[in-house]
Amino acid sequence: MNTIASDLLIWARGSGFHAALALFLVGILWRLVEIYTLNHPRRCLATPLKDGPSEGFKTVFRRFLPPPGMFMRAPVTYLGGWVFHAGFFIVLFFFAPHIEIFRALFGIRWPALSNPLIELFTVAALIAMLLVLVSRITDPVKRFLSTFMDYFGWVLTFLPLLTGWLAWHELLLPYTWSLALHVLTADLLLALLPFTRLLHGVTAFPSRWYTGVWFGRKGVQS
Amino acid sequence: MDTTGTLGELLLTRGVSRRAMLRYGAALAAALALPAGAGKALAKGLAGAKRPSVIWLSLQECTGCTEALTRAYAPTLEQLILESISLDYHHTLQAASGSAAEEARTAAMRENPNGYLVVVDGAVPLGGKGFSTIAGVDNRTLLEETVQGAAGVIAVGSCAAFGGLPMAHPNPTGAAPISAVVRGKPLINLPGCPPLPEVMVGVLAHFLAFGKWPELDSLHRPRSYYGETLHDRCYRRPFYDRGLFAESFDDEGARKGWCLFKLGCKGPVTYNACATMKWNGGVSFPIQSGHGCLGCSEPRFWDAGGFYRALSAPAPLPKRVIPIALAGGALLGVGVALSNRRRQDASRAATPVLQLDDLERSS
Repeated sequence: MNTIASDLLIWARGSGFHAALALFLVGILWRLVEIYTLNHPRRCLATPLKDGPSEGFKTVFRRFLPPPGMFMRAPVTYLGGWVFHAGFFIVLFFFAPHIEIFRALFGIRWPALSNPLIELFTVAALIAMLLVLVSRITDPVKRFLSTFMDYFGWVLTFLPLLTGWLAWHELLLPYTWSLALHVLTADLLLALLPFTRLLHGVTAFPSRWYTGVWFGRKGVQS
Repeated sequence: MDTTGTLGELLLTRGVSRRAMLRYGAALAAALALPAGAGKALAKGLAGAKRPSVIWLSLQECTGCTEALTRAYAPTLEQLILESISLDYHHTLQAASGSAAEEARTAAMRENPNGYLVVVDGAVPLGGKGFSTIAGVDNRTLLEETVQGAAGVIAVGSCAAFGGLPMAHPNPTGAAPISAVVRGKPLINLPGCPPLPEVMVGVLAHFLAFGKWPELDSLHRPRSYYGETLHDRCYRRPFYDRGLFAESFDDEGARKGWCLFKLGCKGPVTYNACATMKWNGGVSFPIQSGHGCLGCSEPRFWDAGGFYRALSAPAPLPKRVIPIALAGGALLGVGVALSNRRRQDASRAATPVLQLDDLERSS
């Protein structure tokens, strides 16, 4: 009797998720301890030219925008990046079934967006990801700079979005299969996030703040 | 039991008219997703069908499946058909006991060499011979013996079809679905805890009328009854699509009949006909009564992470996972940090410190 779909779903929601969460925590703590213990300058005797913390705060938001003139030079990179990141964030945190994950783990919940809106963001994110991939492959500079880990990170991020969308529409596979694959790919993303460039999902804002603080003290805009 | 005469003749003596048979045939054809013209053929086939000999084995079960089938709300044609089959052996229902009961089973097998039907409810324990026995014979041996001359085997209920509750973790008896034992025979799974009585009779009627089983899916379930999820046919589905959920069983959402997903409803992954055929003569089904679907007709539903936990939520986290992961991560981080420091120190030691004199020194 072929009960793989049900077995896989139970495993992905149970032991698979627990293992992924454990790997995520191990990886995150390892990377954070490692980053914190690097030889950062602990104190600076020079008179700060600007207030460090406020510059750090500004940098966190300033880096959402492209430097002057850059948008027209790489519109797909910026536009695709915005749409994909916003879409992924909204789908992850504002789809009702996803909120239930946080509720189960932390006991907190918040209002969800309606499903048609979630679908809109999902499709937008999927299209944006495909566009940035095409751009990465066709642009000689980006292709030259890309490594295996860049493509691997793309696949890790794309699969949960795609399988989630397929599951919602019950396309290609029966729902139990789609859902099992969706949860499984999400587990994979969670488990491998600290060990890939996707770690920026956790470190992006602190590192922006850190850079802004130090550049600010030296009077340099970051 | 006497198996001479046709089903139609027997039903006629019980006051079932030809018109009633035609109506039933039409309704059954619709339920089985057969073409409109099949209703008449079904009624005709049923009327002319020989009453089959049926051996009903109850293994590791709770009798709930038999209860559901025999305690219908009101006498129906389905019930009459069920009563009309030659039920030669059924632990719960038969009057005989002991060796007389077992003789009824072997007699049915002997007298119907061209094939009898075996209906099984309950899982089969494979962990040892002593876990469940009937008349001193262990369930596995009984099942293997009985299905040898069977024309088909119907697994009624989730225990027989998928192992059900007896197979739930930690499964001390090594319980397994009967498919682990039944080989080389047509096997039809009718999962559910219990399954819908109409489904059971519908499948039986299909076999009697056409001499073959309805189309099955990869889990050996009739596609016509198990082809769609409860979620797809649920009358509360529009609320799911709009993001309107009951948060508890007594909040405003629950009173307004909103979607029960957050309260653990497993409808999205449960393939069954509850939402369309309903229970108790079409009166209601669990979701209509305000409770989420338990997913009872799906494999391993008992181990699927809790009835009141949303389908998307992970299974409860063992308490030791987070502390062990955090401790492991911290240790790893400290180890890597120390290694980094050592490399930095070594690099620093290997690099000569540049002095002012060095800058003035000609190269």
